This record gives sequence, structure tokens and C-alpha cells, in this order.
Amino acid sequence: MPALDITGVSKTYGEIHALEDVSLRVEDREYVCIIGPSGCGKSTLIRCISGIEQPSQGEIYVDGKSVKRTLIEDRQIGYVFQDIALFPHLTVRDNLAYGLVVRRTPTKETRTVTNEMLGLINLRDRSRSYPNELSGGAQQKVAVGRAIATGAHLFLLDEPLGALDAIVRAELRYELRKLASDLGLTVIHVTHDQEEALSIADRVVIMKSGRIIEVGSPAEIYHNPKTLFTANFVGEANLLEGRVANVENGLCTVDLGGHLLNLPIHRFKVGERVVIMIRPESVELTPQAEKGWIGTVKQVTFLGSLNRYVIDVGRINIISEVSTKEHSTGFGVGESVSLLLKEDSVTMFQYPEEGLEKEVALE
Amino acid sequence: MISLPSLALSAVTLNSMKRAVTWSFIIGLTVSSLDILAGVPLAWLIVRKRGHWATILDSLADIPFIVPTVALGFSILEFWSSPDGIAQLFGSNNVVPPGVVLIMLLHFAFSYPVIVRVMVGEFLNYRETYEIAARTLGASSFTAVRTVTLPILRPGLLAAFLLALARSLSETGATIVVAGTFENGTVFISNARNSGLTSAVVIASLILILASLAVFSAIKLIAPRIRIAPLKVWPNFERKLSNSPTVAVRNIVSLTIFLAFVLLPCLFIALPAIMAVANGTATEAFAGAGPWKAFWSSMLLSYTIAGLVTVVNIVSGLPLAILVARNRFGSKITKLVDALVDLPIVVPSLALGVSLSFFWRNMGSLPEFWVIVLAHTTITYSYFVRTMTASIQEVQPELEDAAKTLGALPLRTFRKITMPLTKYALLSGAILVFTRSVDETGATSAVSKTLKTAPILLVSWIRGTISVTPSERALGVGFLLVTSFLALVVLRVVAIRKPSRGVG
Amino acid sequence: MPPLRFVNVTKRFGKVLALERLSLDVSDGEYLCVLGPTGSGKTTLLKLMAGLLVPDEGSIYFDDDLVNDVNAQDRNAVYVPQRYALFPHLTVLQNVAFGPLARGKSASFSMEIASKTLDLVRLSSRAQALPNELSGGMQQRVALARGLASGARLLLLDEPLSAIDARLRLDLRHKIRDIVKQSGLTAIHVTHDQDEAMSVGDEVLILKNGRIRDSGHPRRVYRRPSGIFVTNLFGGASFFEGIVDNTVGETALVSARGLVIQAPSRMLTLTSPVVLAVRKERVRLSTNPPPDMDNVFEGEVRSIRFLGNSREYVIRLSNGDSIVSRNFAEGEPEFKVGDMILVSFREADVMAFEYPPQGLSKELEIA
Repeated sequence: MPALDITGVSKTYGEIHALEDVSLRVEDREYVCIIGPSGCGKSTLIRCISGIEQPSQGEIYVDGKSVKRTLIEDRQIGYVFQDIALFPHLTVRDNLAYGLVVRRTPTKETRTVTNEMLGLINLRDRSRSYPNELSGGAQQKVAVGRAIATGAHLFLLDEPLGALDAIVRAELRYELRKLASDLGLTVIHVTHDQEEALSIADRVVIMKSGRIIEVGSPAEIYHNPKTLFTANFVGEANLLEGRVANVENGLCTVDLGGHLLNLPIHRFKVGERVVIMIRPESVELTPQAEKGWIGTVKQVTFLGSLNRYVIDVGRINIISEVSTKEHSTGFGVGESVSLLLKEDSVTMFQYPEEGLEKEVALE
Repeated sequence: MISLPSLALSAVTLNSMKRAVTWSFIIGLTVSSLDILAGVPLAWLIVRKRGHWATILDSLADIPFIVPTVALGFSILEFWSSPDGIAQLFGSNNVVPPGVVLIMLLHFAFSYPVIVRVMVGEFLNYRETYEIAARTLGASSFTAVRTVTLPILRPGLLAAFLLALARSLSETGATIVVAGTFENGTVFISNARNSGLTSAVVIASLILILASLAVFSAIKLIAPRIRIAPLKVWPNFERKLSNSPTVAVRNIVSLTIFLAFVLLPCLFIALPAIMAVANGTATEAFAGAGPWKAFWSSMLLSYTIAGLVTVVNIVSGLPLAILVARNRFGSKITKLVDALVDLPIVVPSLALGVSLSFFWRNMGSLPEFWVIVLAHTTITYSYFVRTMTASIQEVQPELEDAAKTLGALPLRTFRKITMPLTKYALLSGAILVFTRSVDETGATSAVSKTLKTAPILLVSWIRGTISVTPSERALGVGFLLVTSFLALVVLRVVAIRKPSRGVG
Repeated sequence: MPPLRFVNVTKRFGKVLALERLSLDVSDGEYLCVLGPTGSGKTTLLKLMAGLLVPDEGSIYFDDDLVNDVNAQDRNAVYVPQRYALFPHLTVLQNVAFGPLARGKSASFSMEIASKTLDLVRLSSRAQALPNELSGGMQQRVALARGLASGARLLLLDEPLSAIDARLRLDLRHKIRDIVKQSGLTAIHVTHDQDEAMSVGDEVLILKNGRIRDSGHPRRVYRRPSGIFVTNLFGGASFFEGIVDNTVGETALVSARGLVIQAPSRMLTLTSPVVLAVRKERVRLSTNPPPDMDNVFEGEVRSIRFLGNSREYVIRLSNGDSIVSRNFAEGEPEFKVGDMILVSFREADVMAFEYPPQGLSKELEIA
């Protein structure tokens, strides 16, 4: 039995369709990340799951039971808020214990569980502090501990790391993931940060304009996205427009405005307008050779473990990322280079009706 | 040479005074507590219920605040104490005779809107996330509000309580109307003044001022320090309190209390006033016949004073508000200025008036008119500065920072940025000051000897010291009411037209 | 704009020392990124530059002129706050025209400049909109345009992208830099995001607790960071605590809780406690012993993190320490959790630092 089953959920506020026919099934102990641009409905969805909002249509089942008529306080779903929402008038300890106290849990048990939480989040020596005395990261840990202390198994995290510095976010997300694993929790984690989702999720759900666009494992949606929007959203992508020139022997030849690419793809017909997607790290660069695609380096950005190159190949720019692992000094601006697009790493899409820019627009 | 009145007091007077002052505090503290209990649920209802009804309720809750206290006093007197009031339902002559209980009913009614106003503001600014967080942790609505929302809003509750207390201690005109033979602090002072017992007036005023300061300081210092005891929850019981039927009952009770003890008694005066229009008293009034001549000149006086007071307040209060809002004095001095601005609210206006008149009498030459203007300005100052300070503080300092670095000099920044974003507060602040000045009885009665402002005149009409017919009385009060209602309407319109705040 | 210089600037708020004896130099046309965690003093730094705050000690020079007492209005340095501070009651065009108008230019001139600048940021179609009708990214561009139109030579950007979604940031950060460079301005861009600082800064300045920890070209700061905190903040690494056991020529042998790591011996003295660091991308994984690698250790794969364009493997070594290896992610991961593999890295890729007085974890603390 899935931990969470959402069927046909819609939510409208007057004229605004915040959610449209959303269906999703989450298994026990799964860690699911929901990502999408601002306004895509991801926060509305989890607010509906928790009972803070009521869907206009559709059903939500938690552990097989409908929660339509269940109040927030009876749903037993842990919730972590973007603005943390620790009770400012209570100490860390009292915050952690709140969920137990409101259930009239015996004092001894409350104390035991609270101490356990303090140990889990590593804040034993701050139990008497007030929230405003802690750093952002520590506060968020207390908020998580507070939710875990109630014994809930299903957790909804609304941009839990949004209020934190980039570096703290990058560290805390793994701690969060480990906590969920160790305790066997089922988690739905909403974020706008695609790297965050890719690095910790079992499955990623992509939403746009109130709908679920795609669902898959991080590797699936990154390497084999089903839509152009997903392709562009989960990471930087080279989107090259072209036309199918020839289909023969299981190989498809695509004309990218002069340069030809042979791809082992069957689904398209000759003459069709297409868009090729290839990730920057799959574009290999070598000093200029006779064959291959020739271009000039337009911009070089140093990113620590890799160099990001913008190559001008005539009508368009292609972005390539090359690891700085080998001691090569890389290429300089103005240099001529040969590009090699690894054909196995190319994904092909139909050219979108409304145009490419509109299709992948982020806001 | 400063002349001091002889401070001799008879034993009887001394006892009366002690009793009167004590009663002021008993009444004040009781009424304020009851107001909190009754007002908070209504404020909650207004904020949580959204939609048309909530806005209507919000406006209705403002009414006792806008109605001049003299009119209020008279209305309450008629409602509870006269044969024409609700006594008709019970077939008796009166339900509550003039005296301490009637004073409490009066004070309950006019302090009620203070609580509602402050708490509506608090609830609106309150981050509902806290409460939702509590509920996701398993707390029922009632538990969440009791253990999370109210403790967080404690400063607001305290402020509301103290404001209600201040109003109760301070009120003079209406209290005199409903007191009968009973004496609380302000009634005592007023009676003493009329009897020429100057020493009693002075001493009682002093005691009232000092006692008020002491009580307020004590509450302000102690209350925030009371540790919120470790939580105790009774889940099942509180769950029942959270369910729809209970909530419905609670709302009905709140509304009933509001209607029966606040709104109806306040508006009751409209009936005789309308009847007075019907039976022709109005035409006489407009013709300026008989007592009406004095009435209209009193109204003119009141409004002139109010207009001047408003202007003085704006001109002198605005700079101060800016300085306080932007902490220009440095934090220590700003805190002191803050406390000083609050002082006139704390000190009962009558006592303030007495000390002012004493002060000015010895300075000699200032005409009575200007002393009244000064007294009114002192009393209303706090309202204006508070309103403007809060509004300016809401304007993000970043906006001014950005404007500065874009090259705007302070005057330009003020004109183009701060003013447009606070003009609605300016307008509501001005209206508050204006109505408060028109309303003012306490200090005015202490300061004025010959000039009579409209409410003062009306007190004599109601008490019978100037004899008029019941119709004339009702109509006089009615006229005062109408003008204040106009102010309320303008205030509402202004509030609705507020632009959306913030960057986006 | 001619150079901006800080000489030993200190700023306190009550008892809190926000900036301590800070000195820096900004050249004309430079795009400087100031990187630091929350509370490091970044906003205070910008506000001192803008003239919104006055230093308690030290001097600030614009163009070799002392400006400590010069008002914000007169400094020609525009401050763009974190949430843009667009004037909510003015249209986009009026917002952008505010600067020139404030400096006394005629209405027609101001509007013309405003229109041109809106063109530059591609928002001409929204000239009559109110700020709250625009998306976050658009508001950002209006704030930028407003700064540009004011004629200021120095642009002070306070975390310009922190209110923007992560994916959009990748696009916008380059656009902001391009627009600033095109306009010939000097910019100070404050951020807590090291990727951002690395990718757009001509130079980076790393701040912690009101002091500068490192400054220079991103490539230099990355390859030769001045200390442990900077190494951790700017790029991240695996850290090892150890003691220098022996030196053989240019190689030092560091004993790290049981492992012996070869590190370059310059700047290391015998028996001194040290901290070694290795960048993630310099750590290689293999099943067979790799040739030409000075440091080779056995370890167990504890976790694998997929980051899109790369994967990070967290390996537990025999002495209990963890080491992270970052590889470009092609196809399926080479190893699984639980595999015993060989971890290797070159001596030249080992960075060595003195053991910090307050201990390693305190030094690494970001928040």
C-alpha cells in the first residue's frame, strides 16, 4: 500500500488554477522531491496534502485512508516550513516537545524522546536557548526534530533549506536525507533548487503551471528527459534546432544548420523539425582538428572543478563544460576548437508548437 | 510669585477622595479585563472570517470609538436607566440606575473598541504559520491559539489592556453623566471643582496622576517577565472547544455581548434624536432659537479648536514621528521619547487639565482659548505620533536607502517616497486627533472657565444645570453624533483606498 | 569610476564588531564579488561604500578623495538592496527615472534615459507596470536599470540573486555581469553563493566575521587558498588532520591517524600539527592500482550523490576519515555503495595548512 496516493487533485482560487488534475503515488520510505519554477503549484500541493488547504477536486489517501474530512491536527503528517516557524516564546527543548505535550504524553516519555531528538540533531547543549539565538541552519534542524518527535512517518518539507546560505544548504541536505533514511521516513520535499533534488531524491517530480510534467529518478530526468522543459529545468542544456535530413539503417541524420549529426534514434521522419538536447559536459573539446565541428571560444568561466566554455559555431553558441581534473590549462578566449557531441548523450525532441523559447521559459 | 492654594482638607473630603480614587482603579482594572475577554474573540472573528460580513463587523466595532463620549454617556444612561430604554421590556423604570454599575457598563462599552482595534491589528500582522505549525504537530485550533498565538501576541494584549485602562481612568464627561451620586476619581475632581474645593482638586489630581504612572509602569515591567509556564494541555477537552458547534456558540456569544452591551447602548441615542427631528425640534435648532444659540457657538468653538489642534499636531508631530521611527536619536533617547509620547495617554486627562490650568494660571497672560488648544494638543499628540511612527516604520528603510544613493536629498525622499506611502496614515491620524479633540471633556472642563465646548455644554444639558427639553437634549447629542459619523465614514473610505504595501 | 579604496575601516554596532580593520582596493571597471556567510559583514561593507553608514575608524577613498564625510547622495555609488526596494507606488519607468530626476535633470531628459536603460534590460514593454505586477527576475532587472540610469559609476549589489529561483540564477548572473560590463561601470556584487562568486567575479573577496580571509582572481583563490576556511567555502575539499612525521627532499610524510599522506614539504615543519586538503575533482577512484599516483588508499564507498553533470562518491578510508571524489557522470555509476576500491591523488594536489588554534571544526564553521 502506498504511503500517499493523490488522484485528480485540482485547486482553484477564483480565476487562478493553482493545481490541475494532479495525480501522484508515493511508496513507503520513498524520498520524493517536487521541483518547478515559482508559481508552479508545488507548495499548494503539499498544503493540500497536509490539510492546510482543501483541494477543489480530487482525492488524497494517506496509508490507504481518505483524508478529505480529516483536520490538520489529525493527519499525523510532519510539516517543515520555509520560514522555519519555531515558536519564539519557547526554548529549543519546549519546541521539540510541543507535539508530545499537546497529546498529553507522560512527562517521562516526553523527556526521553526530546533528549533523543536533541542528540539526533546534535544540539544537546542548546536545549535551553531560544530560537532567535540560533543560526538559520540550527533553527531548521530544530524544526525538523520537532516534527520527527511526533512520531509521524510521512513528512512534507516546504523549501526547508530556502532560508539558508548556499553552503549550509549543500551540507544540510545530505544530513536531512540521512535522517530520513535512518528513521525510515517517507518524505515529500519541495524545492526550487534542481541540484538539491537531483542529489538526494529517489524520485523527482517536475511541475509547471499547476501540472505534473514528468516524474523519474534523478538520472532518468537528467539524462533522458521526456520534455524540453524538463531538459532545460534540471540543468544547463544546449538546445539546438534542426531538421531531419535522412533516416537509414536505424540512424537518423539531423541537419543543425550546416553541421550534420548521426543519431541512433528511430522515432522521427525525414523533414521533421526537431530540437537536439545535449548537456555541456557531453560536449568534448579538442584543439582544432580537420574533422568535427569547428568553433571559436567566446567566453571562459572558471567554476573550480571545471571550466565552462561558450563556443561560437557560427549561428549559435554551444556551451561545454570540461573538468579541470587533468592539469591542462584549458582553452582561452579567441582560440579555435573542435567540438565533438557524444551521440549517445543526445536526446531529440519534436520542435514545440509554441516555439522553443516559450516552451522552456522559467517565469 | 507663584500662588499656591491652601492644601487644607477636611477629614470627610479626604476619605471621599481616597474612596473615589480607589474606585477608579477597581473600575478600570475590572472593565479592562472584561473587555479583553469579550473583545479578543470578536477581533479574532473579524480577522479570520474574511468577506463582507467581516468588514461590516469591523466598522461596527469602531462606532463606540468614534461616538463622542458625552453622547455615549447619555445614550447609555437612556438605554439602561430611563423608562424609555430597555426597561420597557421588563416593565420597570430602569434596569441599572446611575452609579458604579452603570459606570462599568459605560466604560466597558467605550473601551471595547480599543481592544478590538489593537487586536485586529495584531492578528493581521501575526504570522499564521505559527498556528498552522502547531496544528501540524497535533494541536487542535483552540490549543494552538492558547499555547502559541496568544503568548506570542502578549505584548499586543498588554498594550490593548493598558490603553483600555487609560481610557477608563481618564474619562470624565460621560462618567459624570452616568455616575449619579457615586464618585470615582474623575467625578470627584469634577465635583470638587464645582464646589470650589481647589485643594481637593489639586491633591486628587496629583494622586491620580502618580497612581496611574505607578500602575502602568508596574504592569509594563512585570507582565512581560512572567514566564510562560510549562505547557499543560487537555487534548480532548480543547478539541471539543475547537469543533464547529462550539466555535459557532462562541461567535454567537461574542456577537451578542457586542450587540447588547456595546453597540445598542451606544446607538440608542439615535432614536430620541430622530424623534426630535420628527417633532419639529430640528427646525427650532436650525433657527438658532433659545438654547440653540449657545449650542451652535459651542459647536463652532469645538470644531475650530479641533481644526487648530489637528494642524498643530501635524506640523509638530510629523517631524517627531520621523525621528522616532528612524531611530535618529539613538536607541536610549528614542526609548525615552517613546515613553514621553505615551505619557498623555497614561495620565487621566482631567488631572492633566488641572495641572495645565494651574501652570498656565501662574504664567498669567495666555487667553483661555489657547490654553484649551494646548491642552487638547497635549492629549491628542500621542495618537498622532503613534499612528505616524508605526506607518513610517512600515515603509522599508531600504526604500529610503535606495533613494538616497540614487541622489535624492532628504526632502525629496520624504516628499516622493515616504509621504505617498504614509499619506493614509496621516489622514487617519488627523481624523483621530480631530474627533478626539471634539470629544474632549476632562481637560477642557478643568481648564475652561468661561468658554464652553460642545461636549461640555451637552453635559450641562444632560445633567440639568442648563434646563432643556428631553427632545432638545437628544437632538443636541444627535448633532454631535452625526458629525462624528461623518468622520468614521471618511476613515473607512481612506482605509479601503490604501495601496498595497511592499515591493512585490 | 576611478578606484575605490578602504584603509583599515572598522565598524561597530554597539558591542558587535561588524568590520575589523578592513582594507581593500577596487580598480576601475572591475566586477568584484564579495563572498561570505550571513553575518560576515557583507551588507555593512556595501553600506559603508554607499555612504549609508559611517566608519568608526579608518578611511574610505573614492578617486583618492577622502569621502568619510560625504553624503550618500553625493557619492555617485548606487546601492541596490537585497529585495530591490523598488518604489511600490511608482511605475517601472518612474522608478528608473528617479535617479536622474533626483540629481536635477529635466523631466524629458530623465524619461529618455530611463527608456533607453529599460531597452538595455529588455523591459520596455513593462514600462507602465507597477513593481508588484512583475516577476522576481523582472524586478531584479528594473532595480539594475534604475541603478544604471542614475549615472552612478559604482554599482553596489546586495545579494542580487538570492530571491531568484536556482535555475533562473544560472541564466541571470551572466546577464547582470554583461549589462554592467557593457555600461562600463564598476560593480561590487555581494553573495553567499560560491558558484556565483566564482563564475562572475573578476576578483573575489572572501569575508568571515568582518575580516578579509582572502582576495584575488577566482582561479588563484581556488588553486592556492590562503586558509582552511577559504578552501572549504570556495570549492570545498576533503580535510585530514595529521602530524608531519618526516621530510624527504620536497616531499613531506604526514601521519594522519594511521594513514601516511605525501604532501609537498614547502612550508611544513617537522612534528607540527597540520591540516591537509584535497579538492574533490583531484581524487581518482579505481579498482586496480593506478600508475603515477603518489597517494593510494583503500576505502569503502559509503554514499553516491548524483549532481546532474557529475557524481560525488563519499569513501570511508581505513582510518575512519572520509574523502570525496567528484567525477563527471557518464552513464551508470562505476561503483556501488559498499564496494571496496582504491582512492588516489597526487602529492602536488595536496594543500597543507597550519593546524588552526581553535580547532578544525570551528575553523570550518560557516554558520
